[in-house]
Amino acid sequence: MTDALHRVSVSTLRAGLTAGDFSPAELTAHFLDRIERFDSGLNTLVTRCDEGARRQADAVASQKAEALSGIPLIQKDIFCTEGVRTTCGSRMLDQFIPPYQATSAARLAEAGSVLLGKANMDEFAMGSSNETSYYGPVRNPWDTDRVPGGSSGGSAAAVAAGLAPLATGTDTGGSIRQPAALCGITGLKPTYGRVSRYGMIAFASSLDQAGCFARRAEDCAHMLGRMAGFDPRDSTSVDAPVPDYHGGLPADPGMLKGLKVGLPKEYFADGLVPGTRGCVQAAIDELAGQGAEIVEVTLPNTGLAVPTYYVLAPAEASSNLARFDGVRYGHRCEQPRDLEDLYLRSRAEGFGREVQRRIMIGAYVLSAGYYDAYYLKAQKTRRLIADDFARVFEQVNIIASPTTQSTAFRLGEKLDDPVTMYLNDIYTIPANLAGLPGISVPAGFDQGLPVGLQLLAPWFAEQQLLNVAHAYQLLTDWHLQWPEAYA
Amino acid sequence: MSLSESDVAKVAQLAKLKLNESQVPEYAAELSGILEMVETLDSAETDGVTPMAHPLDLSARLRADSVTETDHRDAFQAIAPKVEDGVYLVPRVIE
Amino acid sequence: MSTAWETVIGLEVHIQLNTQSKIFSGSSTAYGAAANSQASAVDLGMPGVLPVINAEVIRKAALFGLAIDAAVAPQSIFARKHYFYPDLPKGYQISQYELPIVSGGHLDVETAALGKRRIGITRAHLEEDAGKSLHEDYAGQTGIDLNRAGTPLIECVSEPEIASAAEAAAYARKLHALVCYLGICDGNMQEGSFRVDANVSVRRRGETTFGTRTETKNLNSFRFLEKAIEYEIERQIDVIEGGGQIVQETRLYDPDTGETRAMRSKEEAHDYRYFPDPDLLPVVIEPAFLDELKSGLPELPDARRARFEQTLALDADSAALLTSTRATADYFEAVLASAGGATPERARLAANWINGELAAALNRDDLAIQASRVAPAQLAGLLLRIEDNTVSGNAAKSVFEGLWQGEADAADAIIEARGLKQITDSSAIEQFVDEVIESNPEQVEQYRSGKTKVLGFLVGQVMKASKGKAKPQDVSRLMQEKLDT
Repeated sequence: MTDALHRVSVSTLRAGLTAGDFSPAELTAHFLDRIERFDSGLNTLVTRCDEGARRQADAVASQKAEALSGIPLIQKDIFCTEGVRTTCGSRMLDQFIPPYQATSAARLAEAGSVLLGKANMDEFAMGSSNETSYYGPVRNPWDTDRVPGGSSGGSAAAVAAGLAPLATGTDTGGSIRQPAALCGITGLKPTYGRVSRYGMIAFASSLDQAGCFARRAEDCAHMLGRMAGFDPRDSTSVDAPVPDYHGGLPADPGMLKGLKVGLPKEYFADGLVPGTRGCVQAAIDELAGQGAEIVEVTLPNTGLAVPTYYVLAPAEASSNLARFDGVRYGHRCEQPRDLEDLYLRSRAEGFGREVQRRIMIGAYVLSAGYYDAYYLKAQKTRRLIADDFARVFEQVNIIASPTTQSTAFRLGEKLDDPVTMYLNDIYTIPANLAGLPGISVPAGFDQGLPVGLQLLAPWFAEQQLLNVAHAYQLLTDWHLQWPEAYA
Repeated sequence: MSLSESDVAKVAQLAKLKLNESQVPEYAAELSGILEMVETLDSAETDGVTPMAHPLDLSARLRADSVTETDHRDAFQAIAPKVEDGVYLVPRVIE
Repeated sequence: MSTAWETVIGLEVHIQLNTQSKIFSGSSTAYGAAANSQASAVDLGMPGVLPVINAEVIRKAALFGLAIDAAVAPQSIFARKHYFYPDLPKGYQISQYELPIVSGGHLDVETAALGKRRIGITRAHLEEDAGKSLHEDYAGQTGIDLNRAGTPLIECVSEPEIASAAEAAAYARKLHALVCYLGICDGNMQEGSFRVDANVSVRRRGETTFGTRTETKNLNSFRFLEKAIEYEIERQIDVIEGGGQIVQETRLYDPDTGETRAMRSKEEAHDYRYFPDPDLLPVVIEPAFLDELKSGLPELPDARRARFEQTLALDADSAALLTSTRATADYFEAVLASAGGATPERARLAANWINGELAAALNRDDLAIQASRVAPAQLAGLLLRIEDNTVSGNAAKSVFEGLWQGEADAADAIIEARGLKQITDSSAIEQFVDEVIESNPEQVEQYRSGKTKVLGFLVGQVMKASKGKAKPQDVSRLMQEKLDT
């Protein structure tokens, strides 16, 4: 059985550890071996933590056996990990070893999980293809000429290739759900405020939310149960009880009966590729076959989401990234002539092109004379978009849609056309603007490439979201398909 | 609205990014493209809509006034580019 | 200053709040610690860390709003103000912009030239202080100490309606006294707890538009504030009368030369790109919380001064001096309480001693009244002995000095030990009088022949003989009786 440890669920791994079928050290060694074998072709990790992982695994044996104790995982390199380099995919932080720990990372560590490494990502989480990383692009295990999606591309590709059973991600405009879809795994973005943002390097503070990747929704339930919860160090984290998400999962798909599923017509309009549409339609039919009630709904302001996002996110980013000035940490240029030169060159050298682009857009929309026309306007359209969802959730329990318009595109294909790349995120961005939880689950293949089904639930209804996703995974085995080379 | 090269130079200065001459026209074109996409917002009717600064309609939770931090200067300065005697160093600032 | 010119002054005052911890982090705000030893991850603007608002900061700002008769916002918003400077770790300062916590208050100030005037306060918002740039000792480089970064500040902005340097100083003094009264600021100007920026412009009398203004920054004493403004007014008038134009700029005051000069650092056109800080939610202040604060508000300087004048019948100057700081007024009231209650006579006596002898001693030893070597109860003990004629005024001064030097805990002990008790026994005085009459026949003769001025000399001789313990009034009365018979 030990040669298939990457193929089974977290609960199964945990049972195997408890029964003594294999030790935490053997489990960790299994994944470290796979990283050694496969990662050079995929580039999913910026930093490997082999030594630390072995140490942690050895220490696990004596710990109390809870769900994640002894389970290896990968952290997106946006989470500050004490004593472990945290680059955020940027030259700016190439040498940055934080002396503090992100709250969500600390919680996962306290749960006994084992950190295998830090995942590659788009620089400062700005990108949808993982091509903006200073450490080079990540490749999609289903087709290494294609992108894994982004910005959490390293996390998604690592889980898809079985380099770790679990990985963390962050989702500002779809950065968990989109790569989960393109890599054929499950990716959960919780409600804004559900997981602490402390120690998670900020991109756009009012949109960023930490979440997780796994093959199975039930594994995400384990993980969210440990990551979620109030943090006094994050003013925007919500003080609400954290349910036992895994314990609350249904044993059979019966819960789908009578479930009201809304299909927003705007998410099935032009731009949706037929192959993707077909898979998503089949998934919806599957739910309907179990007695779910399918309702067409409308989210009329969907078209405003991408432009709204590309005002608000760059504005917040330009501000959040002002702290990288070469004074207290991070990249500092050689031999600055004066203070101005120190700022200008350190930042120009430390940030890549996409990041600079967004910083400039952000500075522009906030600058004198433009604030009202851009920023204030976008705050208002954001309200329209959120109100759409509030209205629809009076009618339905859950929203179902494609996660993306099409399957993974080729490396380099959209790099020179930022606007087209941005518009691709039309199905994922609205949930970030509204702060809603969402999940992407595998729903079939179009010409050999995975397609994702996106489910969105009302604020803080993560249990509902996981239950539906789990019920769907009891009915289907799309999430258990493996890219051949990594099976 | 399209951004001129001088707009780009101005905004780069505001954001403290040194651009070389060839970058300015490239960024001008790219940023103009993004702004053009963004300007589709103009068509949205937003009279009377309250701006939304935050996804959750909550108010601030305040912290009690107590000292909870201890001195970790050495750890923080171990990752600093340039320090001396406990202070961060920058090229001379003239007031 | 030529009377053809009119001065327009607005003051921005930065008031450090005396909380234990910083506005957005749990770091200590204590002054004088080793560089950067009180700079946490949040204060350093490390990646990923987040601010959390200190409740005490909100309480103190609300208290301030109530005290200046302003509106305290039911909902206020923190915003980010962007600029790059090495002592500003995040590249932005968390401040308030569109919805400040306090708006629309006023202070009443009084100057000799302009009398009593009400100065409007536009707004008072909360913000975090920056760190400090150290320009010496680093071989041509600047050192950055971020201990001060994140110290809570109220920035209090007056309307541009202050009309002279003296009035500006009066306003600043009044504000300083107020925040100390409220107990929200330690008031230590040397340590930068209370810093003033002065916006000054001049215009020809009768003009309705403002002249171009300059901003002189970081004035940390009332005297410097007044001098800097005086200089700036003269300078601006000279420039305009010489056919020049005032440049809108930031200036610094040099206490050594008494002059202001333009800052040398290049002033970029500021574009602060304010927007609501997405890391912080709106601060909501419930009416019930405000009511509670209101009921706990201490008596404010103006009210206290009025009470001293009205119910204790103090003159205006004494009342003003006593209420110039809360500590002085508290000391005064503690003395009266220790003495067993206030009568107008006792109040006047206490006021004279506090504003006179005590103030001089404090000044001599450079002590604040809180650190006075003579406690209120000790002074009260002394005043009681003056009231009941146990000691003369001169003797009392020496008792006070004894208390100050710690000779004994109570006035009575010193009076006893030094034998300073006044002689109230008239037969004892009579004896001294008789002796003096006997030994000064010449002067007695002069008096009796009508040169009554010599009485003073004779009384003085008695006082000398009694070693000051006789009461001069008694001596004078007795002496006259004897000489006139």
